[in-house]
Amino acid sequence: MAHAEHAAPAHPILQEVKPAHLPRAVLVENNRSFGWITEKICSIIEGKTPTWWWVCFILACFVASFTVAGITYLVATGVGVWGHANPVNWAWDIVNFVFWIGIGHAGTLISAILCLLRQKWRTSINRAAEAMTIFAVVCAAIFPVFHVGRVWYAWYLFPIPNSNVIWQNFRSPLEWDVFAVSTYGTVSVLFWYIGLIPDLAVLRDRFYAAGNKFRSFLYGFFAMGWRGSNRHWSNYEMAYLILAGISTPLVLSVHTIVSFDFAVSLLPGWHTTIFPPYFVAGAIFSGFGMVLTLMLPLRAIYGLQDLITQYHIDCMCKITLATGTIVGYAYGMEFFIAWYGANPYEGFAFVNRAFGHYAWAYWWMIGCNVITPQFFWFKAVRNNTAFVWILSIFVNVGMWFERFVIIVTSLARDFLPSSWGYYSPSIVEIFTFFGTFGVFSVLFLLFIRFLPVMPMAELKAVTPQADVHGGHDKH
Amino acid sequence: MPAQPYGLIATFDTAPDVYHAAEKVRDAGYRNWDCITPFPVHGLDKAMGLRRSIVPRISLAGGITGFCTGMTMIWWTGAVDYKLIVGGKPLFSPMFAFPVSYELTILFTAFATIIGMFVLNGLPMHYHPVLKYDQIRRGMDDTFFIVIEARDPRFNLANTKALLEKAGGKAITELEA
Repeated sequence: MAHAEHAAPAHPILQEVKPAHLPRAVLVENNRSFGWITEKICSIIEGKTPTWWWVCFILACFVASFTVAGITYLVATGVGVWGHANPVNWAWDIVNFVFWIGIGHAGTLISAILCLLRQKWRTSINRAAEAMTIFAVVCAAIFPVFHVGRVWYAWYLFPIPNSNVIWQNFRSPLEWDVFAVSTYGTVSVLFWYIGLIPDLAVLRDRFYAAGNKFRSFLYGFFAMGWRGSNRHWSNYEMAYLILAGISTPLVLSVHTIVSFDFAVSLLPGWHTTIFPPYFVAGAIFSGFGMVLTLMLPLRAIYGLQDLITQYHIDCMCKITLATGTIVGYAYGMEFFIAWYGANPYEGFAFVNRAFGHYAWAYWWMIGCNVITPQFFWFKAVRNNTAFVWILSIFVNVGMWFERFVIIVTSLARDFLPSSWGYYSPSIVEIFTFFGTFGVFSVLFLLFIRFLPVMPMAELKAVTPQADVHGGHDKH
Repeated sequence: MPAQPYGLIATFDTAPDVYHAAEKVRDAGYRNWDCITPFPVHGLDKAMGLRRSIVPRISLAGGITGFCTGMTMIWWTGAVDYKLIVGGKPLFSPMFAFPVSYELTILFTAFATIIGMFVLNGLPMHYHPVLKYDQIRRGMDDTFFIVIEARDPRFNLANTKALLEKAGGKAITELEA
C-alpha cells in the first residue's frame, strides 16, 4: 500500500483489482473441538476390540507364520535353501530388503521433511506413517540378517571386539549400510516415541479416571510423568524440530547408501551415478503408496473423515504423482546414458532388461510405476477413494518389481556368458517374503489397537481455536 | 493451619485466554510459574517470557561427538589396530569413512537431543504436585491452566489469587505440596 501512495494516480481499473482471497484448506473439518479430537482418537483404544480386528489379527498371524517357518528351515538347514545360485547371489533377499526399507521412507518424509516445510496437513497421518516406517524396517532387517547364513554371527556386522581380533571393512558399502539402517531404525523409534509422550499422558489420565489402574500405569510409565507444562513444551518442540532436522538428511542418506550397495560395484546396470536420487525418489513413491494403502481403510473403518480429509488424500496423491514421475524420468535417463555412454556392456544390460528374459518384470515395473501414478493428475480419480486405494496397491507391486529388475537382470547376465543363468526363487524364499506382510500387519494392528493412531496434541495445535491471535498471525 | 501449599492453579477455557493471562503474570514479575496446555500454544513462550531452549547446544555437542567417534573408530580399527589391505585401497581415508561417520553424527545427535530434553525438563518425574489436582486430566484434553508456585518470592496467597482472578482465571485452587 505504501508503494501506491507515492505512485501517480492509478488507472481506474487498477482500483477495482482486489487481491485474490484464497482460504487455506481446513485440516480438521466441521470445526471440531479439542475435546472431540481427544474423544475420537482415544475411543479407538478404549472401546471394545472390534470383530474385524480379531479376524485381521488372526489372519495376519497366520501369514506371519510363513516367515517363521521359512526362517526356521533356513537356520536349521543353511542359506542354500534360498534360490541363490551363481551368478544371482543376491536375488530376492536384497530385493525384499530394499523394498521394505523403501516403504519406510514415506513415514520419515512425512514426519521430518514435511515438518520442516511446515506442511501442516502431515499431522493427521504422521503417527501412523512413522509406525509404518518402524515396522517396515523390522521386516527389511530380517533379510540381510538371515542372509549372513549363520545368523548367530550377525553381530560380526558391528565393530565389537571378537576372538579373531579382526575389524569390519569400512571401505565396503555393505558395512555403510549396516550403520545407515541401524541408525535409521533407532532414530525412527526415538522420533516416534517423542511424539507419543503427550498422547500417552492423555491415555494415562483417562485410564486412571476410568479406574483401569494397570493400563494407566503402563501408559503412565512411558509418558514419563508428562504434565503439559509449557516450560516442557518449549524444550520438547525444540527437540522435535531438531529431530526433524536430522531425520531429513538421514532419510536421504539411508536410501543413498542402500543405492551405493549397487552403484559402487562395477556391474553394468548398477554402476550409475543416478542411483542415489533415483532410489530416494522411488522409496518415497513406494512409501506413499503404502501410506495410502493403510490410511484409506483406517479412515473408513474408524470414521476419521474429519481428520484425514479429501485435502490430505489429494496431497498424498500429488506426492505419489511427483515421485512416480521422477522415477519414470530416471528409467528414461538410464537408457539415455547407456546409449550416450557408448559402453557396449552397459547398453546390453539395458536392452536386455526391456527385451530379454526378464522383460515381463520390466514391463510390470513400467506399468505400475510410470503409468499408474499418471491417473492422479485427475481430480475425479483423487476423489474416488476406492480407486486411489487400488492404484496404491499397484504402486507397491511396481516398486517391488523395480528392485527385482535392477538386481536380478544385472546379475543374471554378467560379464561372462558362460555363467549366465535364469533365477527363480525357491519355495523357502517365497514363504519368507510372503510372511513379512503378516509380520508387518501384526505389528500395525497392535499399533492401532493400543496406541493413538493420530497425534492428538499436534492435531489440536492446527485447529483454528488454537490460534491465540484470532487469525492474525503476528509472527 | 494447613501446610504451605505448592501453589495456586487457575483454569482458562481457551488458548487466547491463557495467552493473555500469561502476559499479565509475566509482567507482574513472577519467576516460578507455569502454564499447563494440552498442546504447544504458538507464541506462549514469548507470553511467558521464556528464553530460547538450549536443547540445540546439547544436540550440537552430540553431533560433533558422533562424527569424531566415527572417524576415530574407522582410523583406529583399519589403520592402527589391524592393518589389512583390501582391494588395494588406503588403510584410512576420510572419504570412505564419511558415510559411517555421517550416520553416527545423526545417531548421537538424536540421543543427545532426547536425553537433553528429558534432563532439562526434569523428566521422568511421575509424582508432581500438579498431577495431584483432580482436574488436571482436562489439562491434557481441552483446558488450560496457570500454576504459580508458592516458592516464588512474589507469591502471596491473597495477592496472587487476585492477580489470577483479574487475568480471567476460574476455579482458583490451592495445590497441596
